[in-house]
Amino acid sequence: MAELHDDALMVKIRGLCFAHGARTIFDGVDIDIPRGKITAIMGPSGTGKTTLLKIIGGQLAPLAGSVLVEGEDIHHVSRDNLYRLRKRMSLLFQTGALFTDLTVFENVAFPLREHTRLPESMLRDLVLMKLQVVGLRGARDLMPTELSGGMARRVALARAIALDPAMIMYDEPFTGQDPITVGVIMQLIRMLNDALGLTSIIVSHDVHELSQISDYMYMMAAGKIVGHGTPQELGHSGSEWIRQFMGGLPDGPVPFHYPATDYAQDLLAGVSAR
Amino acid sequence: MIDWFQKLGSSSLALFERLGRGGLFLMRVFSAIPSLVSRPRLVIIQLYSVGVLSMMLIVISGLNVGMVLGLQGYNTLVDFGAEESLGQVVALSLVRELGPVVAALLFAGRAGSALTAEIGLMKATEQLSGMEMMAVDPMKRVIAPRFIAAVISMPLLATMFSAMGILGGYFVGVGLLGVDSGAFWSQMQGKVDFYEDIMNGLVKSIVFGFVAAWIAVFEGYDAAPTTEGVSRATTRTVVHTAFAVLGLDFILTALMFGSV
Amino acid sequence: MIQKRTQEIAVGVFVAVGLAALVMLAMKVSNLSSLSDQDGFEVIARFEDIGGLKERAPVTVAGVRIGRVKTVVYDDKSYEALVTLSIASKHNQLPEDTSASILTAGLLGEQYIALEPGGAETMLKPGGEIKLTESAFILERMVGRFLFNKAAEGTGESKAPEGAAP
Repeated sequence: MAELHDDALMVKIRGLCFAHGARTIFDGVDIDIPRGKITAIMGPSGTGKTTLLKIIGGQLAPLAGSVLVEGEDIHHVSRDNLYRLRKRMSLLFQTGALFTDLTVFENVAFPLREHTRLPESMLRDLVLMKLQVVGLRGARDLMPTELSGGMARRVALARAIALDPAMIMYDEPFTGQDPITVGVIMQLIRMLNDALGLTSIIVSHDVHELSQISDYMYMMAAGKIVGHGTPQELGHSGSEWIRQFMGGLPDGPVPFHYPATDYAQDLLAGVSAR
Repeated sequence: MIDWFQKLGSSSLALFERLGRGGLFLMRVFSAIPSLVSRPRLVIIQLYSVGVLSMMLIVISGLNVGMVLGLQGYNTLVDFGAEESLGQVVALSLVRELGPVVAALLFAGRAGSALTAEIGLMKATEQLSGMEMMAVDPMKRVIAPRFIAAVISMPLLATMFSAMGILGGYFVGVGLLGVDSGAFWSQMQGKVDFYEDIMNGLVKSIVFGFVAAWIAVFEGYDAAPTTEGVSRATTRTVVHTAFAVLGLDFILTALMFGSV
Repeated sequence: MIQKRTQEIAVGVFVAVGLAALVMLAMKVSNLSSLSDQDGFEVIARFEDIGGLKERAPVTVAGVRIGRVKTVVYDDKSYEALVTLSIASKHNQLPEDTSASILTAGLLGEQYIALEPGGAETMLKPGGEIKLTESAFILERMVGRFLFNKAAEGTGESKAPEGAAP
């Protein structure tokens, strides 16, 4: 992607490094998230995609590098400013992270009750509108435990848009869902993005879904960005790695086997020990 | 031998590290408490689940402990012909020791473990994280109300425990064993001092409530976000609260009643 | 919201029951209702030996409790114990020649001060002193004296069979 002007960028990540204990998660990652687009960040399991979202949200601090959200370094702003920035973004957790002691209605109403002083009637209308968007207005009185996984994610989505944020981050929105639900969620992401002028970030490893809905894609492996481009560009990439990932080939640059000593030797070691 | 010292060293270091984190956590809870003034409703909800739901257990246990005290006390005292002092024995042991201590232990089992499990599960299911991302401080919204509710509930529950215990002792002593009712109360009133005994007992229960609340919310917040982590944190809450309460009880008793 | 209402009522009941329990402990169980330290007048008394008398010990007349010991201090000048008694103000009609003795409740019980009113016309004033005092009955001393007397008798009268003693 050609260098965009900073105003066109919602999030700008430069030289990001992060480690969980001794394990390096990111090693010099640069990512640009343009406004109003759906950007996908792909990578095999365990590459720290969720960690990346938490870093963008300011919940985790990087070891090095900067993360600018709307031009402000999210890790060096005051607490008030951090909270102000967070009201402009939503993170849709993989599990939904619904409050299990509140009904669907109260879950969606939660950010409104916390951050606004709306009269009850207006609040009710707003919540019902948000639930209508995700098609669950009829489920308002259910408890989160009574919802299927797909419904829980939709409720979480309704809650995520309750405060009309500028950006939504989706953490593995398709994982473990049946094809119909995946279709519904994909349609919702696209629709919300276009109708509300949102910026969307999706981290996932579901290549097919992502290449259908995203405008731009990043590929991560071993703590680095190994490739980026529009879905079409990546599809015709010369990189063996990207081909393996996009094509879902079991073996390639990402090995099938967890690193181990030589197979034959390992078996023989058991024999000689006996 | 060297290994043994190493073990001792590492576990002491771990203990201090934990105490340090707990202390920092407590500071954060304190700084979140003022925000509750504008939202008393959050505390009321927690008072319900921490206090009201523990009330039945406390009342029944208090009554039972008092009845046992009445029976045992009577059997001992009657040998010295001093069964008139039953009221005093029952009241003093309850008000000074058993009320605050047993109520705190029961509280840790009933409410403390529930608080830990609740907070730990909220953490494990990313509800706390989600709250933070919604620009809502979980310290203010989740931790502080629970902490305050536990601190308020504990002295009330301990007082109920003592009062019910004395009634239990009265039923057994006066109702079943035939101690004179007037003597029961007057001996009690003669020997139980409001400031020395009742107020000190109340202070004890306030201290215990504070410690129990601190341990419960800290363990929950600090739990590893897994099923196993939450279950271990819950166990730790009960065990640590019990140790802390019994240890503190000795210190407080020495300070208050002992002229050691 | 009905649930909200019941919850609040339950919490209200909870707090009320807790406070009621405290009031019961204060009024019914402790001595707060019977007398308090404030509304009392104080008199002093000196004793040669107070034995195990403690602060807050009861002060009685004819077995009825009318006050309590407020402080016990040692008086350097008279080498005696100076005891301040706090007596309920409604019982301020005590003759000047009232005597005070330290008695023990039961054989092993707590020590208390018993006042015995005399026949004088003038009454004790607040801050006055009770002149007639009788020291505590000290069990060890009594036992010691008893044994000593027995021993003295023993040497004078007859020789006990020596073999029996270990």
